[in-house]
Amino acid sequence: MSNIPAELKYSKSHEWIKEEDGVFTIGLTDYAQSALGDIVFINLPEEEDSVTAGESFSDVESVKAVSDVFSPVTGTVTAVNEELLDNPALVNEAPYEAWLIKVSQVTDSEELLDADAYAAVVAAEEA
Amino acid sequence: MERKTPLYETHVAEGGKIVPFAGYLLPVQYGSGVIKEHMAVRQQAGLFDVSHMGEVLFTGPTALASLNHLLTNDYSNMPVNKVRYGVMCNAQGGTIDDLVVYKFGEEAYLVVVNASNREKDYAHMAANVLDGTKCEDISDSVAQLALQGPKAPAILKKLLPEEQIPKGYYTALPNVEIQGMKCLISRTGYTGELGYEIYTSNEDAPKLWKLLRETGEEFGLIPCGLGARDTLRLEAAMPLYGHEMDETITPLEAGLDFGVKLNKEEFIGKEALVAAGSPKRVRIGLEVTGRGIVREQQEVFANGEKIGVTTSGTHCPYLGKAVAMALVDAQHTAEGTELEVDVRGRKVSAKIIPLPFYTRGK
Repeated sequence: MSNIPAELKYSKSHEWIKEEDGVFTIGLTDYAQSALGDIVFINLPEEEDSVTAGESFSDVESVKAVSDVFSPVTGTVTAVNEELLDNPALVNEAPYEAWLIKVSQVTDSEELLDADAYAAVVAAEEA
Repeated sequence: MERKTPLYETHVAEGGKIVPFAGYLLPVQYGSGVIKEHMAVRQQAGLFDVSHMGEVLFTGPTALASLNHLLTNDYSNMPVNKVRYGVMCNAQGGTIDDLVVYKFGEEAYLVVVNASNREKDYAHMAANVLDGTKCEDISDSVAQLALQGPKAPAILKKLLPEEQIPKGYYTALPNVEIQGMKCLISRTGYTGELGYEIYTSNEDAPKLWKLLRETGEEFGLIPCGLGARDTLRLEAAMPLYGHEMDETITPLEAGLDFGVKLNKEEFIGKEALVAAGSPKRVRIGLEVTGRGIVREQQEVFANGEKIGVTTSGTHCPYLGKAVAMALVDAQHTAEGTELEVDVRGRKVSAKIIPLPFYTRGK
């Protein structure tokens, strides 16, 4: 069973989002890291890059495959978790602590799901 | 519709993540994940279901002559219970498949081929064997388990007297009984590690799996899936059909010279290989020195000029670095040469290093 914390918001493409004072922190869900398997490399954007809702901002390489990570919001990257460049396995170990980027000046957003709605998305994919 | 191996229910019960592969439903990994499975094989032991592999029996007075006609290697002076690698070429010298041949008697051989090529291989074999050879696809009645890793001999010794365990690399013992289960045990594998491949009947496969799992537990054995099988073979730079070779790539381009005997009187593809002369492109090893993971079918550049494509690539769990194999123009093969690989639009630097990437300590 995937861990889906109640206090976070989610995208259908398996990113989690935490909003605090206009800053959106984005990471990969427990379901996403489990489906990817052992993560060995994460290609991240740089600070001040812009990201667009629904578009890829990062690619994550597991031992077996590469997957895109999609931004749930449109805005400007204000912080990048550089620890992941050297230790990408942190996403497997603690997906809700190992955030990827923080985005500010958000002008647009996808429909964000609450934990219950996201649990239904996961249940449908697992079926 | 994918087929199931006789161990399908076992994989599901063991928590295997099942994927379709070469027409079969097989576990890509179990709960511990690819890296742990990979490391278990390098350091303790791992158990794989490789029942999807194809098996073709060659029997009859001309069986040897048929093999020598069909395959690039020379099987003439092969002792009984020996195993020998080989390649099956088309008339143009392209690779139909790579395979291993077991000799059980002067008129009895077993050829083990890749699952994805089984039908194609058998059709080519049946169409080209000499009179006096019977060739028979027995894949559906044979299960195969691969017990790989430095602890593999200790695990087998718990189950068998020493004289029933094959000693030499690429040797095999048929008709070995493990607790009443009739097995062919072979000191072969696809991991670059010491280990065995054990053939048995479909009926006995689940029982043999369970027995090896229980016996191996104290030695750190875990079940391993296709993911680790691929990273292990890649780390050991073992070629994989459909990647390092295919019908447009000759075994000489793939660097398989040791299994191609051009001094043999005749075999299908020999004329084309001889006429082509020294290969214009060759298989090389790359270490990724930039940031990222190189995968297969990515373009390789030297000073901005395209010189070839990668054929396989991954992050190697034991070596702790990203490597790749590539097929490139023969003039760009010097060790240490700095190259670039196009990874989805991003140029990642890499340098040529010798193959294999990993060699087992003696």
